[in-house]
Amino acid sequence: MSQSTDGLYVENVLADKINSRFGDRIKVSYLKPRRIRIDVSKDHVLELARFVRDELGFDHPISVSGVDYPKRSTIEVVYHIGSCSRDEYRSFVLAFAVHLPRDNPVMPTLIPVYRGVEYHEREVFEMLGVVFEGHPRLERLLLPEDWADIPPLLKDFHIKGREE
Amino acid sequence: MQQEDKALKDRVREIPGLQMEGEDRGILTLSVGPQHPGSGHFRLIIKVDGDIIAEALPDPGYVHRGEEKMCEYRNYIQNIPHLERPMIADSCGILYPYVLAVEELLGIQVPERAKYIRVIMAEINRCIFELYWLAIYGIFLGHSTMFMWPMADRELLIDLAEMASGARVTHAYFVPGGVRNDIPDIFVEKATKHVKYFRSRLKEYESIFYANPLFQARTVNVGVLRREDAINLGATGPVLRASGVEHDIRKAEPYDVYDEMDFKVITMKEGDSYARAYVPWLEMYESVEIILQALEKIPNGPVRIKLGPNPKGGVAEVFKRVEAARGELAYYIVSDGNPKPYRVKLSVPSFRELPVMAHLLKGAKLADMPSIYWSMNYWPVEADR
Repeated sequence: MSQSTDGLYVENVLADKINSRFGDRIKVSYLKPRRIRIDVSKDHVLELARFVRDELGFDHPISVSGVDYPKRSTIEVVYHIGSCSRDEYRSFVLAFAVHLPRDNPVMPTLIPVYRGVEYHEREVFEMLGVVFEGHPRLERLLLPEDWADIPPLLKDFHIKGREE
Repeated sequence: MQQEDKALKDRVREIPGLQMEGEDRGILTLSVGPQHPGSGHFRLIIKVDGDIIAEALPDPGYVHRGEEKMCEYRNYIQNIPHLERPMIADSCGILYPYVLAVEELLGIQVPERAKYIRVIMAEINRCIFELYWLAIYGIFLGHSTMFMWPMADRELLIDLAEMASGARVTHAYFVPGGVRNDIPDIFVEKATKHVKYFRSRLKEYESIFYANPLFQARTVNVGVLRREDAINLGATGPVLRASGVEHDIRKAEPYDVYDEMDFKVITMKEGDSYARAYVPWLEMYESVEIILQALEKIPNGPVRIKLGPNPKGGVAEVFKRVEAARGELAYYIVSDGNPKPYRVKLSVPSFRELPVMAHLLKGAKLADMPSIYWSMNYWPVEADR
């Protein structure tokens, strides 16, 4: 079993555990050594987060990233979650990606499961315009108060003088 | 008397940045920063009820530079120097996961010697950074000797970093494929001598700082972070380990040659401001051990794989993390096959400390604010990116 942490073995076991619980409501989009990415819809993301925290021990929020894909007219919100309490998963990072339509990016907040994502979600809100329902303080965070342009991490926004 | 009270309240209301809510309870809203010398370029909006903090709202963003957006306009090599700007005091720590991620993306194998040099430089930078932070922690609690000693000892290690990379603080030394240049021949001998001397200096901090009754009175049992809260709030690095969580990326997911090094992960159970200052000090001893082991084992050979111009990876995404001086530092890079990254996300420890800070300050005494704030090891420039 000790060798399994380096190979794909533990990854497969983990993915199977999640798959058997959620079935076709999620899609495991890749398995790499110590990295698993799961695509999930916004309706099931809270349930998935609760499941991986309580049953699998992925309890440590690392980051929340937003990625804009104008060609697919999608915004992807990716949560990276690590584990502090289970030794066998300490080296693992679980990513769950929520695909949101670009014209109406709304999803529930994960603060009830991971309190640490509060500021990460606020950053995604102001940088990509994603609205997190139930977030207590969805306000401007890093941008200047007089920012009067579109969210800057959208691909439509170009740095002045560097338009492609 | 009542009239005087009212007059005072009216006067207070006219002071910008100082508002009073709930006339009867007398809750004051104070703005600490963004130009306050005790906070850096960062504002804390604090609501005080008497001298108890009822609520603390961190307000970062004063030094936001849009590093993530900038990355999308430059290729993987051009991104190196500006990516270390958010954390110049630990410039190797912030570049390390970036080069690891780009290497995985491009499928590069790094020469053995480069891996050892990187570990040595990362640990030297860890000490440089911890000393800088302890110095500032000391001075803001009124301990001016603790400001001068670490600053002086830090020079020893800066000399070493300069010898290897040519620059004192912003080295831009790590590149995808290895390190920029080899270390000079004299480096191994000098570094061994310097870090051994540095280890003997470290002992002095116990008596001058950690055993100091004034420092203890201001930090012991102040700002206690419980283990469960530390994990759920996403705390990382010394903050997490001071709350009794044995989590260190160097051990959990070893990169380069950390798996060949013999060192301990330092933890403490207390979770107070004192423990958060004590853990990094003990960790510097471990860093010295790692440096000495690496200096002994370092093999000969090349230090860099030459890349072609404009290197590019396939359509892929990479998530790499390392243990920087302040904690887990991660990069999430999405590539669409172009020489420029499609998206680069920096997950920095300072940013992850914002919810922890709000949690710890709530209910604390206003006078404890500096010792809690500085024990968090929060760096505004890094958090804002």
